[in-house]
Amino acid sequence: MTHLLALDVGWGTTLAIKTIIILALVPAGALILGYTFLLKMMSHMQSRLGPMDPGGFHGWFQLIGDGIKFIQKEDVMPDGADKRVFAMAPVVILMSTFLIFVVIPAGPRIVVKNLDVGVFYALAVSSLSVIGVLMAGWASSNKFALLGALRAAAQLIAYELPLLLAVVGVVIQAGTMSLQGIVVAQQNGSIFGWSGIGNPYFFTQIIGFALFMVAAQAELTQTPFDMPVAESELVAGYMVEYTGFRFLFFYIGEVGTAFAFAALAATLFLGGWAIPGVHGAVADLLGPIVLFVKLMFVAFLFFWVRFTYPRLREDQLQALAWKVLIPLGLANILITGIFKVAF
Amino acid sequence: MIAQNIAFWIIAVAMGFAAIGVVRTRNIVHAALYLVVVLAGVAAQYILLGAEFVAWVQVLIYIGAVVILFLFGIMLTRAPMEGDSDLDNDQRFPAAVAALFLLGVLVVLLLDAFGGTKIKLDAAVLATGKTAVVGDAIFRQYVVPFEVVSMLLLAALVGAVVIARRD
Repeated sequence: MTHLLALDVGWGTTLAIKTIIILALVPAGALILGYTFLLKMMSHMQSRLGPMDPGGFHGWFQLIGDGIKFIQKEDVMPDGADKRVFAMAPVVILMSTFLIFVVIPAGPRIVVKNLDVGVFYALAVSSLSVIGVLMAGWASSNKFALLGALRAAAQLIAYELPLLLAVVGVVIQAGTMSLQGIVVAQQNGSIFGWSGIGNPYFFTQIIGFALFMVAAQAELTQTPFDMPVAESELVAGYMVEYTGFRFLFFYIGEVGTAFAFAALAATLFLGGWAIPGVHGAVADLLGPIVLFVKLMFVAFLFFWVRFTYPRLREDQLQALAWKVLIPLGLANILITGIFKVAF
Repeated sequence: MIAQNIAFWIIAVAMGFAAIGVVRTRNIVHAALYLVVVLAGVAAQYILLGAEFVAWVQVLIYIGAVVILFLFGIMLTRAPMEGDSDLDNDQRFPAAVAALFLLGVLVVLLLDAFGGTKIKLDAAVLATGKTAVVGDAIFRQYVVPFEVVSMLLLAALVGAVVIARRD
C-alpha cells in the first residue's frame, strides 16, 4: 500500500494502517456476503424478494440497521452463566477470523505479512474458533447450548483433517506454503506444458478443491453440516443465550469466516489476485478487485449448497468425514506426489 | 536484542501466572482454558526464537486439538457449572517436592549445557526456522526416529481403540 502512494512512513504507522484495514475488512465482508447471499440470493431462490425497503434500493441498508439495533440492545447474561468465559467466547471466535486475513494476499505487494508458513498459519488460527464455541456452549449454563457446542467440537475436529489434507496437494504442487508463493506458482505454472492461463490449481487439484469446499462448509457449520446450530432441535446451539452486541460478534464471526475461507479457496485454487499476463504495479491495482470477484464466486458456491441440501444426521456427518473425505484426501496426496516426481 | 528480551519476559510472566492458574483454580474447565494461555505463550516463545513453523504446529496441535479434546472430554463426562469439582487432594506436599526437584534438575542441566552460549538472531539462525529446512531435517537426517515415533503413536491409537471396544 505504502509503495503505491510513494510515501515513506514508519513501521508503526504501517502497522496501524494494516490493523485498521483488517479490522474493517471482516465486518465489511460479513455485510457484503450477508446481504448478497443470505438476504437476496436465498430470497430469490425461494421465489421471494427479501428486504426491499430499508435504504431505498433493494433493502441494502437492512443488515446495517440490524447491526445498529443489536448494539442498542441490553446486555443480558443468563443467571447461572460463567460471566467471564461467557463474555470472552465471542471475542475468541472473532479473533480467529481476523487473524486469517493477515496472510491473504490481494496483490504482489498488498499483503499484511507474507509468512513462510502461510496457508498452514491460516488453518491453525481458524482452528482456534472451536475453543470459542466450546466456551460459549459451556458458559451459557444451558443444556441446548452445551449439546450444540459438543456437536460443533466433534464436527470441527473431524473436518479439520480433510481441510488440511486437501491443502497438502496444492502445497506439493506449488512447492511452498506461502500464499503469495502459491499465487505466483499458479500464475507462472503450466498445465502439462500448456501455459496459456498459467495453472490455477482448480484444474489439476480438482479433488483437492472439492474436498476443501466440503470441509470448509462443515467448518463454517452451514447446512448441510449445521447440526451444531440445528434450529429445530437445539434452538440455536451454542449461541442460544447470546443477544445484543455479543450475538452480533457471533454473526460477524460466522459470515466473516465464510468470507475468509472463500478468499483462501480463491487464493489456493483459482489463482488469487493474479490474472494471466498482468504483472507489477497494474497487478497491485487490479489485484483486490480480481480476488474479490473470485472470492464472490466461491462464496456463491458455499451459499448455493447451503440453500439447496437438507441437513445430514450426526452419524452420516461423521462417516462422511472419516470414511470418505480423509481416504480421498490421502489418495489425492499420493497421486499428486507421484505426478510431482514423474513430471 | 533488547526488544526480544522484553517480549520474552512479558510472555514468560503471563505464562507463569496462567500456569499457576491451571493448578490453583477449582473449576476444571477454567483450568483447561488457562492451559490454552500457557500453550499460546509457548508458541509465542517459539516465534521469538525464529522457529515459525514449530510455533504454528504448536497452535494447531496443542490448542486446536489437544485442549479441545480435553474440553470435549470434560464437558461430555462431568461439567460442574459452579463450585468445587474435587480437584484438590492431600498430595500437595509431594507435588511441591516433585516440582521443585524437576525445576532444579532442569536449571542445572540447561546452565551446564548452554550457560555461556549467546544466540544471535541473524539471518543464518532465522533461516533454520524455515519450513523447507525443518522438512529437510525431518525427512532426510532424522527420518528413522520420525518413522519410529509415528509407529509408536499409531500403536497407541490402535491400543486405545482395542481397549475402548470391548466386544
